[in-house]
Amino acid sequence: MGRKILLEKTGIENINTYEVYRREGGYSAVEKALKKMTPEEVVEEVKKSGLRGRGGAGFPAGMKWSFIAKPEGVPRYLLCNADESEPGTFKDRFLMEKIPHLLIEGMILSSYALGCNTSYIYIRGEYMWILRILEKALEEARQNGWLGKNILKSGYDLEIYVSPGAGAYICGEETALIESLEGKRGNPRMKPPFPAVKGLWQSPTVVNNVETISSVVSIVNNGGEQYASIGLGKSTGTKLISACGNIRKPGVYEIELGISVEEFLYSDEYCGGINNGKRLKACIPGGSSVPILPHYLVTKTANGEQRLMTYESLADGGFATGSMLGSGGFIVFDEDQCIVRNTWNFSRFYHHESCGQCSPCREGTGWMDKVLKRIEYGKGNMHDIDLLVSISKNIEGNTICPLGDAAAWPVASAIRHFREEFEWHIKEPVKCLETNYGLVKETELEA
Amino acid sequence: MPKVTIDGVTIEVDEGTTIMNAARKVGGEIVPPAMCYYSKLDKSGGKCRTCLVEVTKGSDKDPRPMPKLVASCSTPIMDGMEVSNKTSQKVLDARKGVVEFLLINHPLDCPVCDQAGECDLQNLSYEHGTEGTRFEEKKRVFDKIDIGPFIQLHMTRCIMCYRCVYTADQITNERVHGVLKRGDASEIGTYIEKAIDNDFSGNVIDVCPVGALTDKTFRFKSRVWFLNPMDAHRNCDKCSGKAVVWMFGEEIYRVTGRKDQYAEVEEFICNTCRFETKDLAKWTIEGPRHISRESVISQGHYEMQPLKIENNNEETK
Amino acid sequence: MHNMETREKIQFKPETVAEINRIISQFPQGKQKSALLRILHIAQHEFGNWLSVEVMDYIAEFLNIKPIEVYEVASFYSMYNLNPVGKVVLEVCHTGPCCLVGAEKMIKHIEQTLNIKPGETTSDGMFTLKTVECLGACGYGPMLQIGEDYHEKLTIEKLDNLLNVIKNKNN
Repeated sequence: MGRKILLEKTGIENINTYEVYRREGGYSAVEKALKKMTPEEVVEEVKKSGLRGRGGAGFPAGMKWSFIAKPEGVPRYLLCNADESEPGTFKDRFLMEKIPHLLIEGMILSSYALGCNTSYIYIRGEYMWILRILEKALEEARQNGWLGKNILKSGYDLEIYVSPGAGAYICGEETALIESLEGKRGNPRMKPPFPAVKGLWQSPTVVNNVETISSVVSIVNNGGEQYASIGLGKSTGTKLISACGNIRKPGVYEIELGISVEEFLYSDEYCGGINNGKRLKACIPGGSSVPILPHYLVTKTANGEQRLMTYESLADGGFATGSMLGSGGFIVFDEDQCIVRNTWNFSRFYHHESCGQCSPCREGTGWMDKVLKRIEYGKGNMHDIDLLVSISKNIEGNTICPLGDAAAWPVASAIRHFREEFEWHIKEPVKCLETNYGLVKETELEA
Repeated sequence: MPKVTIDGVTIEVDEGTTIMNAARKVGGEIVPPAMCYYSKLDKSGGKCRTCLVEVTKGSDKDPRPMPKLVASCSTPIMDGMEVSNKTSQKVLDARKGVVEFLLINHPLDCPVCDQAGECDLQNLSYEHGTEGTRFEEKKRVFDKIDIGPFIQLHMTRCIMCYRCVYTADQITNERVHGVLKRGDASEIGTYIEKAIDNDFSGNVIDVCPVGALTDKTFRFKSRVWFLNPMDAHRNCDKCSGKAVVWMFGEEIYRVTGRKDQYAEVEEFICNTCRFETKDLAKWTIEGPRHISRESVISQGHYEMQPLKIENNNEETK
Repeated sequence: MHNMETREKIQFKPETVAEINRIISQFPQGKQKSALLRILHIAQHEFGNWLSVEVMDYIAEFLNIKPIEVYEVASFYSMYNLNPVGKVVLEVCHTGPCCLVGAEKMIKHIEQTLNIKPGETTSDGMFTLKTVECLGACGYGPMLQIGEDYHEKLTIEKLDNLLNVIKNKNN
């Protein structure tokens, strides 16, 4: 059994309530920090821990914190990104639902470290029921003196509020999240200025993912060094992986970074292998945005080395033969799945979720969606494949925010590794349609 | 003052100046094209991506190149920064891609578009576009909406530069239009059928880089290159009264703001001047408006023609 | 586009006003617009599952912002219905991971059972079928959301059962 930090206590009955959470040692990190540590010391521990942003980008959290501007007399804000919308990702939801006080405790610690007196949890609108869980937990924390004025007589004041989105993947991008929290359309902002200088209401702001903030609790309790001793190299600590697709045991797992992909995918402790005795066809290891890996590159890198669940090993081989750990949305495809159909599906997703602000993303995502749909429904031409590659190249790197890249990578990587399948769709459309889920009939060629 | 080098030209500019504005200080070939940035509108820019440039050296302090192309209109220069615009193949390729994106859903109805001849998208396409199209899908269409008696909205031509929204926010006293929906379904609209009507609303026409917002009082009257643009002014209690009147013979066909070489107006003008003052007698003509020699509008050689204009303007005396 | 029609005056219930004021108080003075998204959710719930122009104008007045600011936001986010919908909206996820485990079959089944396509409402005004993008239930698919509730690991049987329960409850 791997070490658990975040999910260590989720099995305990009623751990979602304040009483049980407190009984099990909850809020001791807040006691420690507020009584014995300066904010700078908390930042220092997080730096030492090597904790990296768990939302997808993997940027060192301590470093992000140290960038926050501290002008005199201007409030600073910590925003928790609970917008979890990356297809394949459902870990934050699990954490907030099972053990909401862990996030709140992490929020208090992080706010204290950053010098914020008001912090917000921005949660996707569809998770309204989790918003209610969090508000209830916040109220409990307030009643018990962990929020409000002069917490633990330390002189530190803090309020935490939850605010919902309303259905927009783009609001997971930190500046779109800020715009949305200001009650506006979720259009990402131009950078610079970065949120650390001008964020929410033009004040210095840090945006961190739910899992990142929750991890701070253990770091404060046990020290950054102890956290850094878990994991491998620059991939320190544990990571929540949400596994889905054609596996025997879909669900949320906490792993020590550094276990092998093979162990994660096939051992009964985690995914339990491919469902229904089928064979592995492909895997997207870090949420829909990251490149897809064909079966022969999932458990081994192109050099034949064992692939590990770390930021580095999953990226081994670059985009040619590697992928990314991303948000930890681990999507597994069995031999029956159609890569073209899935690529079209994700393209439709990004088309639907583009904010429309910048031209490459607004126009390019829609274009790729249409071309892929045509190919999937038997109306493709051979030159469409190279066209898709070209469109994806013209989007990648040229947009305001990373959604452009997120839309381009799945298409480019699917064609890179499964070009023959695209060609097959174009050459033998009817046969393909019959194969695909047995759902689409020739009569439905309406693309 | 910090120094920046753009396509080999070094210039000193104020701290915080963007790459675009540094380039504009030099002028000429090194200036990146802009479809959404408008120096007179706060918050504009960054969206169209036509002004992307390559930063080959970040600054003297941190000489690392920037990993991605950056929008020159919204990226401030750093001391010692080196930028490639026209000298970068990467930039030219990206720009070609952006032009293609801007055109795939554009109706290309230039023959019936009032903006033709003074359209930024047309100019951009000539310079950076390709012949033919790779887009085989159906083009996007929108429901037509009426936004009042003076301004015609052609949503299909819109490139979502947001300039008209910022204009309404910053120049007029009430914004009733905005960007609705999202992604490639986004549109400029009022949501409810509502006229955009206030003293300065007509400026959305001048800031529009394409033919999405045009002057209803000039609709289908003439091609712009058949007209003679004249600097003119009048006493106006709402605006400076400094405008360009576009004449056909002795008749004013339309009135616009005075646009500079980057197609930005020098001053915003009011609706009375723009839409309701077409009587030549009410204007004092200063002389021909200089239009770039490359522009199709210059083909009339109006600057060289002797013009017999009698100024019997009562108002200005 | 919507035309203004005369209707009875839109007004939040007193307890809703109190709730909204609580939400507004979570933001600094003058930043009341931050409450907009949540208020739109509340309004949609209170005024028949969708946001009419009248409701949006009422909210604009309530928050002291321009009506266009409300339209811009309401039309951006996918959870707001800008047209009337059925009493019960079935929001079925049709993004990749759910499709790997049979979401498309579920959608087909609902289409056949209720005789509507995505985006349509049954003639009795009971059900609206909406296909939505990833709701963060990828490991528990296929799934659909009704109101605030997630219904996960759907099978044809579970789906039939669910639809029957709703029908019976609303008869």
